[in-house]
Amino acid sequence: MMRSILAAVLAASLLGVAPQLASAADDTPPPPRQKWSFSGPFGKFDRAQVQRGFKVYREVCAVCHGLDLVSFRNLGQPGALGYSEAQVKQIASEYKIKDGPNDQGEMFEREGRPADRFPRPWANENAARVQYNAVPPDLSVMAKARTYERGFPWFIFDIFTQYQENGPDYLVALLTGYEDKAPAGVTLPPTLSYNKYFPGHAIAMPKPMEDGRVTYEDGSPQTLAQYSKDVTAFLMWTAEPHMEARKRIGFQVMIFLLVFAGLLYFVKQKVWYDVKAGRI
Amino acid sequence: MACCVDGLDDTNEGRKPVTTTSAEPTRRDFLYIATASVGAVGVAAALVPLIAAMNPDASTIAAGAPIEVDLGPIAEGQVIKVFWRGKPIFVSHRTKKEIEEARSVNLASLPDPQPDDKRVKEGKPQWQVLIGICTHLGCIPIAHSGQYNGYFCPCHGSVYDTSGRIRSGPAPTNLPLPPYEFVSDSKIRIG
Amino acid sequence: MSGHSTYQPQNAFMKWMERRLPIAGLIHSSFVAYPTPRNLNYWWTFGGILTFLLGMQIVTGIILVMHYTPHADMAFNSVEHIMRDVNYGWLLRYLHSNGASMFFVAVYIHMFRGMYYGSYKEPREVLWILGVILYLLMMATGFLGYTLPWGQMSFWGATVITNFFSAIPVVGESVVTWLWGGYSVGNPTLQRFFSLHYLLPFVIVGLVVLHVWALHVVGQNNPTGIEPKSAKDTVPFTPYATVKDAFFMMCFCVVFAWFVFYMPNYLGHADNYIPANPAVTPLHIVPEWYYLPFYAILRAIPNKLMGVVALGGSIVILAFLPWLDTSKVRSANYRPLFRQFFWIFVLVCLGLGWLGAKPAEGGYVIAARILTIYYFAHFIIILPLLGWIEKTKPLPNSISESILKEGLPAGGSGPAPTVSKH
Repeated sequence: MMRSILAAVLAASLLGVAPQLASAADDTPPPPRQKWSFSGPFGKFDRAQVQRGFKVYREVCAVCHGLDLVSFRNLGQPGALGYSEAQVKQIASEYKIKDGPNDQGEMFEREGRPADRFPRPWANENAARVQYNAVPPDLSVMAKARTYERGFPWFIFDIFTQYQENGPDYLVALLTGYEDKAPAGVTLPPTLSYNKYFPGHAIAMPKPMEDGRVTYEDGSPQTLAQYSKDVTAFLMWTAEPHMEARKRIGFQVMIFLLVFAGLLYFVKQKVWYDVKAGRI
Repeated sequence: MACCVDGLDDTNEGRKPVTTTSAEPTRRDFLYIATASVGAVGVAAALVPLIAAMNPDASTIAAGAPIEVDLGPIAEGQVIKVFWRGKPIFVSHRTKKEIEEARSVNLASLPDPQPDDKRVKEGKPQWQVLIGICTHLGCIPIAHSGQYNGYFCPCHGSVYDTSGRIRSGPAPTNLPLPPYEFVSDSKIRIG
Repeated sequence: MSGHSTYQPQNAFMKWMERRLPIAGLIHSSFVAYPTPRNLNYWWTFGGILTFLLGMQIVTGIILVMHYTPHADMAFNSVEHIMRDVNYGWLLRYLHSNGASMFFVAVYIHMFRGMYYGSYKEPREVLWILGVILYLLMMATGFLGYTLPWGQMSFWGATVITNFFSAIPVVGESVVTWLWGGYSVGNPTLQRFFSLHYLLPFVIVGLVVLHVWALHVVGQNNPTGIEPKSAKDTVPFTPYATVKDAFFMMCFCVVFAWFVFYMPNYLGHADNYIPANPAVTPLHIVPEWYYLPFYAILRAIPNKLMGVVALGGSIVILAFLPWLDTSKVRSANYRPLFRQFFWIFVLVCLGLGWLGAKPAEGGYVIAARILTIYYFAHFIIILPLLGWIEKTKPLPNSISESILKEGLPAGGSGPAPTVSKH
């Protein structure tokens, strides 16, 4: 009796609340789902794709954005871009690294070495603010630092489907979500751009690239959509460089746990046999 | 023991699983042994990452890459100290007299006999490269000091000659040589 | 751990040792011969699982500390150093961060099990209160640990939680300044949080010893809620409970591994991969999922002081549960009305958790208020009243009889009802 009264009260209150819940959602559309080679329990990075993404990063993103946490040597490690040691050395040597002080007490520039990290494109945050009107965020863990709200009940299903590419999907949406003109009725502050997927829509980063901006040697389409996907895959690797090892070891651990749990189950049945049979 | 339950203490005897048929024990024993073995493998596997995490990490290994040392500025008779993998490396530009002293020693009298020419690169007896860590307990010896004007460790009084060989004191062996090679006549690469 | 031990040392050394330090006898009587009710179901394995998780958190934590730098300028990058450069560092870090979540999953199941079967009732009040203190310490440890990566959520979580204390009249501001060691959350705050995060787990270990001691004095409750009356009602802890615990622990580890290896960041928050920035608050600031119900209660109340008091009260009230529940019958299996209210209460807690993650506006606040009122009403009104008005089912005479008559409740692993006894 009391239960049904309470249930009724609860239901009524939730119903009364429902329309307000709906109005709480804002007008940002959810990013479209992409297909990623690295999703799922056996996901791996597509080497060609992350190499293309690296090219996009070097030629477009690196003008403003740093990659502070990544070293050149990381490019050649297992589960990374698939470069050889010589290629890594070559890439590193294409960068100028500030080092010092030398014996004369002066800072100097030298060729990069595999142990060096990617140099930042600006000296300090204030210099960046002067130059770009904002501090371009570091991209090292960007693919894990952005997400979008999945909402009930999707966030529960995600546990079982292992959908966790919220960050990459958002990044692709953001890179392709620029609109030349803000919709009618929206006035943008000067120096800001309109982006469909950016929370609040007014974004400090101008549209970074368009079709044909980067030349691909492997014949992949040179389109904004392709660039966005490739550079996002590269950023997923920079954010989670040991992802392939993690998923590989995870599978081994799962097999072990299932076998061990199975054995323990039979041991338990044996041990409890006499108790269950009432002999004890 | 549970104080609220009387008479339990003496009843646990015979509570072990009772064997009922003669065929069962072997199957049961096999199951127990198999389970214990799999469990042991699991524990061992779980220790791997814990132990590996205390080994040098990737950035430490990368920072231990070979270094190059320019020999040009090192005057005759001078010893410089550089660091490779966090270890002090002595690069000594020996004088003729020092080389002679090092080569005229009666090897049989040395605690750790080793000829001087095996401790330098062929044709470059003036350049000696040593790991500057006393083989006793890891202090850094002082150059140009001690009885043989070689190296003297201030911690426990080990004395090395101009070839870095142990002559007296508690250190058991000669100062070790790091891996190195001549890139050119005036440049070496250590590591 | 009272009474004499049945342990018989096998060799000369153990005999010598046993006369001087009877530790083997203590272990034997506590974890081998210790009589455990024969009808325990799998919900009773979570104590063992929690002990395992506590050990795992301490071991992984100790290795992580070897590579972590508790400094505001370096903490974020040192965590990323662990993730990138340290051998298996990513594994240890993900085990530790997801281990914290699993710890709370296990403790919530453990607590709700205690509530369902009335495990807090006489004579287990002290055992229950020790558990509430352990839970509080866990919350503190989890919160302190979450600040250590010094991401945006670390920083702003620390700011918001420490600001609870500013609600204290008169001295509030001074207390908060004292907690921070500065005029805002900064490096001194991070360093002391690190120190305390390393300390508290060992305090927890000490209290776990007391918790287990108290358990072994009064004995375990069981799904019938009636005490074992004879030797027939119990089995020795080893091998019966140990092997059952081990089996279910492995099942739990499958879930744990699922998160660690396949979706290690699902239970975390993306904003914590942005380095702490004292100039920018994240648009949507939420605590870790395990605090969400309490966060919802805090935000449901419009007054600052009362909000903090309600939040504190929602946890402290658990300590009074043994006296708020007036029913003499322990197990919900024999309390049909209580059983229904128990499940409503579980749903209310889940609802509060969901609301805690939603923005504090409009309908969400109204819903949170209703559920907050219900949360407290459950303890203050429903439980005391139920003891008077509820007509309970007849209790079996003994555990053995209950097994014979009804089999075990869902999830049980006892004998099938068809087998005959003795």
